[in-house]
Amino acid sequence: MCADHIPQTRTTRRHAIEIFLGGGVLASLASFLYPVLRFLVPPPVADLGGDEVVAAKVGDLKPNSGEIFRFGSRPGLLILQSDGTYRALSATCTHLGCTVQYRADLRQIWCPCHNGIYDLSGRNVSGPPPRPLDAFDVHLRGDEIVVSRKREA
Amino acid sequence: MFAALYRWLDERLHLDGLIEPFRHKTVPTHRLSYWYFFGGITLFLFIVQVFTGILLLLYYRPSANEAFESVQYIMTRVQFGWLIRSIHSWSANLMIFTAFVHMFSVLFLKAYRKPREMTWVSGMLLLFLVMGFGFSGYLLPWNKLAFFATTVGTQMAGQVPVIGQPMMVFLRGGPQVTGATLTRFFGFHVAVLPMLVTILLAIHLFLVQRQGMSVPPKVEAAWTANPSLRREMRFFPNFLLRELMAWYVAIGTLGALAALFPWNLGVKAEPFASAPAGIKPEWYFLFMYQTLKLIPSKVWIFDGEVLGILGCGLAGLFWLLLPFFESDKPARTRTWITGLGVFALVYMIVMSVYGYVAQ
Repeated sequence: MCADHIPQTRTTRRHAIEIFLGGGVLASLASFLYPVLRFLVPPPVADLGGDEVVAAKVGDLKPNSGEIFRFGSRPGLLILQSDGTYRALSATCTHLGCTVQYRADLRQIWCPCHNGIYDLSGRNVSGPPPRPLDAFDVHLRGDEIVVSRKREA
Repeated sequence: MFAALYRWLDERLHLDGLIEPFRHKTVPTHRLSYWYFFGGITLFLFIVQVFTGILLLLYYRPSANEAFESVQYIMTRVQFGWLIRSIHSWSANLMIFTAFVHMFSVLFLKAYRKPREMTWVSGMLLLFLVMGFGFSGYLLPWNKLAFFATTVGTQMAGQVPVIGQPMMVFLRGGPQVTGATLTRFFGFHVAVLPMLVTILLAIHLFLVQRQGMSVPPKVEAAWTANPSLRREMRFFPNFLLRELMAWYVAIGTLGALAALFPWNLGVKAEPFASAPAGIKPEWYFLFMYQTLKLIPSKVWIFDGEVLGILGCGLAGLFWLLLPFFESDKPARTRTWITGLGVFALVYMIVMSVYGYVAQ
């Protein structure tokens, strides 16, 4: 009976040591790997520019034309329509992130990467884009055209 | 003198033991033997890439402010810089082409079957890595086309459910494509991918050496029926010399292409400008690009591009594991795998041409 017990105790002891050693090695490996994984994640960039930006000056744009402006870290599209009113939208295509442009001949917004088309209110009307472009508010301050994020009603 | 040197080394390292297997190695000779050369040509083009890549590294600067100018400098000021860079670009494109030819020839000659499943898997992984080389290297001159190609390509990775967004941020080094992306892609292109390719290439070549060349089933059957038809060629020097001739033709082709059609540099990237009209990816991504373009924005309740990207991913995974779908019942499975191969090849060619000519 004794003889039966001894090997079992040995096995248990060995087993416990294996768990502690293996666990320790794994934990140390995890502690080596963790800083590497964190290093790979880029630190967040502050989105400079806030909620409002001067997109252009009055007179910069001809009627029926568009221009890309910088809105924080992303591009925006300012359009002067033929009737003299301004529109501003996000210029990042909702499909795969290319920068869109105003097509004077179509009077629509066009993404050349996969032929996506939006109307002037940013609605996706044909091609692969799944969502409309974000529209911004536009107002004039002196001769500056100021674009700001739409305020939630 | 070489004999003396060899004797000196052999006395210490027993080189004879190492070289012995190569003396006996043979390559089967039949009417389809020519396809065996494409793996070797791909390897040669990879060696050209390593060599010209190291040369370009001496002048290239991986930052958004300097990358374009440094490539411009290589092209205009450095002696033969235009040649080295053009050879690097042409060789990259030819390498992807020959890798695809090699893959399809292995598929149609049935060389992926047991016991060569691991050779196929390592080869497919190498093909994916080579495409990764193409994608990361394309951004390095920091021109307009490359900027938007990278925006689209990384955004596609971002469409994968759950892990997509973190993966995209990891690839881009931030939420958008910026100079941080360029630095990362440079790191992938000159350190991470070469390391992975070297390891996989060693495994791939070891497996090829260990198992020898596969003989297509029809030829094998004819040989078994009539053993007097069996023909073999010694690897050294007969096959190797033929392979070297193919390499010589490859380097001639490369030199001619680079001299007659030097690679364009394009216009410097501007993150705050519209994507240029007529923008398209490199030819080897065209079939995927055109497929994505044709999928509508909504398919039932799913986003079209998510479906497209998941579809491409699943197709790639299926292709990687293709040998494991081959059963021992030869007639049935072999036909459908060949049929699938023909379909894939035709689909890729048609979609690439369509993508090339479509507006």
